[in-house]
Amino acid sequence: MTDHHHEEPFWRKYIFSVDHKVIGIQYAVTAMIFLLFGFCLMLIMRWNLAYPGEVIPIVGKLLSEDGMLTPDGYNSFGAMHGTIMVFLGVVPLAVGGFGNYVLPLQVGAPDMAFPKINMASYWTFFLGGVCMLASFFMPQGTASSGWTMYAPLSVIATTGETMWLVGMVFLITSSLLGSVNFIVTVIQLRANGLTWMRLPFFVWTQFVTAFLLLLAFPPLEAAAVFQIMDRVAGTSFFLPSGLYVGGEVLNVAGGGTPLLWQHLFWFLAHPEVYVLILPAMGIVAEVIANNTRKPLWGYRSMVYSIIFLGFMSFVVWAHHMFLTGMGTTMAAFFQTTTMIISIPSVIILSALFISLWGGSIRFTTPMLFALGFLPMFGIGGLTGLPLGLASADIHLHDTYYVIGHFHYVVAPGTIFALFAGIYYWFPKVTGKRMNEALGKTHFYGSFICINGVFMPMFIQGLAGVSRRLYDGGSTYLHAQPVLQWNEFMTIAALGLFFFQIFFIINLIISLAKGEKVSSNVWDATTLEWAAAPSPPLPHVNFEKVPDVYHGPYEYSTNSGGNGQPDFTPQHKKINS
Amino acid sequence: MEVPYTVKPRPDTGLYNAKIGVWLFLASEVMLFGALFSSYILLRMGASSWYVGSEALNVPIGTFNTMVLIVSSVTVVMAWASLRMDDLKKYKMYMGITILLGLVFLVVKILFEYLPKIDHGHVPSEHNFYAIYFVLTGLHALHVIGGLVLNAYLWGPGTKMWETEPEQFTNRIEIAGLYWHFVDIVWIFLFPTIYLL
Amino acid sequence: MDSTPGIKKEINLYLKVFGALAGLTVLTVAVAYLDVGIGLAVIIAMILATTKGSLVASFFMHLAHEKKLIYLMLVITLVSLLALFFITFGTIGDQVGVEIVPEGVSSGVH
Ligand code: HEM
Ligand SMILES: [Cu+2]
Repeated sequence: MTDHHHEEPFWRKYIFSVDHKVIGIQYAVTAMIFLLFGFCLMLIMRWNLAYPGEVIPIVGKLLSEDGMLTPDGYNSFGAMHGTIMVFLGVVPLAVGGFGNYVLPLQVGAPDMAFPKINMASYWTFFLGGVCMLASFFMPQGTASSGWTMYAPLSVIATTGETMWLVGMVFLITSSLLGSVNFIVTVIQLRANGLTWMRLPFFVWTQFVTAFLLLLAFPPLEAAAVFQIMDRVAGTSFFLPSGLYVGGEVLNVAGGGTPLLWQHLFWFLAHPEVYVLILPAMGIVAEVIANNTRKPLWGYRSMVYSIIFLGFMSFVVWAHHMFLTGMGTTMAAFFQTTTMIISIPSVIILSALFISLWGGSIRFTTPMLFALGFLPMFGIGGLTGLPLGLASADIHLHDTYYVIGHFHYVVAPGTIFALFAGIYYWFPKVTGKRMNEALGKTHFYGSFICINGVFMPMFIQGLAGVSRRLYDGGSTYLHAQPVLQWNEFMTIAALGLFFFQIFFIINLIISLAKGEKVSSNVWDATTLEWAAAPSPPLPHVNFEKVPDVYHGPYEYSTNSGGNGQPDFTPQHKKINS
Repeated sequence: MEVPYTVKPRPDTGLYNAKIGVWLFLASEVMLFGALFSSYILLRMGASSWYVGSEALNVPIGTFNTMVLIVSSVTVVMAWASLRMDDLKKYKMYMGITILLGLVFLVVKILFEYLPKIDHGHVPSEHNFYAIYFVLTGLHALHVIGGLVLNAYLWGPGTKMWETEPEQFTNRIEIAGLYWHFVDIVWIFLFPTIYLL
Repeated sequence: MDSTPGIKKEINLYLKVFGALAGLTVLTVAVAYLDVGIGLAVIIAMILATTKGSLVASFFMHLAHEKKLIYLMLVITLVSLLALFFITFGTIGDQVGVEIVPEGVSSGVH
């Protein structure tokens, strides 16, 4: 190969790079900063829930003159916490970060199919993030109508809302560019011999995710344009006739419907929850197969399950809207589809559990996080079932129970999977390994604390405590018996923050002087480990384009005795 | 090692990368305009009053613009056919006409539709009919502008590629054409739903 | 690359399609001025628009003979588009206490 290496200038190499690996790291780092920021917003809110009306320590002076979080500030922080966590944190890390870095390597491609579009995708995302952050400095603060931005409240809200909508349009554009890239890369750039059923499960999850982003996001873009028009041009897409605001009829043409926003929003947002969870399942599958030294149990059924799940996720969205006055016919329809969609999730989770059976498990840090994911996602999913039944949802809707449900899925679920991914692929990116002792402290501490944060939410929710209350329910009679949990959850959340410090320190010292390791530290079969050096070559990834002869998880192919490896890399030629 | 299949099709799919890419992009556009249309229907069904398009809007101008876009669709496909017959001159001519027609569409739209409407006080906030009219045709017009920029590039500076990579350049014209036809199809649906019904 | 005579034939086809599109446009406008009632008018307008759209897609965008993969992607898109349309309509139509305004009302105001 005649690779003439002309040295690239700094800005081309690290800032406006078209190399999928650099872009993946840019995505991951940006997303992690946003995750931390979103977490801090929530800590401030949790303090207020535990000690309503008391001065916030450390940052109080920044929030208001008397050092407290105002009710309006609480609404702003809540809306931005949700937005930042979902759209600027988890998705960019899971898809933009891991997807970008790992997917081309796993399919044996030199880069994404459209490297320049890939770069554009990151920078559009960045602009969207800047918009969202800038809204904190607007005269009346950020958007404050929840991450769902329900009309008409959002239409009459403060100017930060417009920034939110513009930022959202950027984010939608970015994920559109990204998903086109992912799909084309998987279809066109697979290495020779890498058939569909030989793809690592992670690639499958990213592939389905990309389709969800591609098809579900545009309706929200349409809705965002409508809402911008409502706010800026005085139209009434989401404003009904005769709407009273502050005791007066709003002076608009009227004739619109707030439900239209909800439909367009949830048409995106239900598929979006699968965007949050599918890549996590993919990471967990990789880590489990590698650390049990066994093939995944039921690989094929897992693949069919996520394809089915992808389709179904387009026909369940109004289970978020049971209480909007929906009639029984459609309620029955959405209950049925919701129950059906839980089946593939159960299949995947069961397959992952069964994969553990009889494995000689290596309890590395990534494996611990992956093992933590399984029961946590299980709790999150099971608590979703009552929410999918209209009669139960009438009681549970908009209570802390819902908050508990989806946080079990995304926090100890997805976020743990993302940690597993970071610990697992860190040696790939840097050639160094993260510290195990710090990693394990991080895991056990986080595991205990995160359950302390979210488990009591079920108790409060079942007792009828509503979400989005500034004082955590202390002025409500029915909330009194469960009020003491507020302080407990806040302390657990502070504990959770404490254990994240171990992670941050671990990242820094491992980067600086982590233990140097071989290219394939985990003895993995998939191409990114087996066929490429760690870190992979800039731009081209592989020294030689690999051809593939094996399925993704051929572990324990022989006894592993006599110094032989116990696995067969995907690209190892069968000699016959 | 370069990204493969940028020009030649991959054997098992029979397609080059950008072709799949543009169809995926169009798929998302279908969902965008699908959402816009379904919102239109919902708002109209739920409204207590609505305008009749053919009375409120200028049908002759709309018809004229429909024809303009259809002709431009023909010329852009002719531009592609010319390149496949190695005729750069003809390509330049057809692509040039396509761009002119796109400009005509926009100018007519702004001078004879938007401005008079606004002059008469028919702004988006007057009634959801006008809100829908301005948003749907406005977003369509933005797509026309996008197409114009792309086509103008391929007609002007982009043509240099023909000398070095004729096949890739022909592919680009195909892609640009696919997008332009899509914009035409959107208009084919917009015109009757907004102007006539 | 394709042979020149083949492309010449294609061009012939394009011109025919253009004729059809022009004719259908005139028809669309003409029908709109007949007083057939809004229900029928919608059906006719949609049939005509769909025909025109399919002509452009099949011949100008050469979907009439495209690779299987493209069809597959478009079918997936179509499924989610239909879900968006019909499930939304169904849900709003099933709304308790919300009446869908009957056809006749949609004519002129002010
Ligand atoms: C296993 C099957 C699942 C079922 C049956 C289910 C069901 C539901 C239902 C019915 C609701 C609406 C509750 C209400 O607002 O009253 C809900 C809310 C929610 N779910 Fe799930 N869910 C499941 C999985 C997931 C997953 C995988 C995620 C994300 C990773 C997720 C994230 C959410 C979120 C974010 C909300 C709250 C939305 C809001 O702000 O109102 N769910 N779930
Ligand atoms: Cu949902």
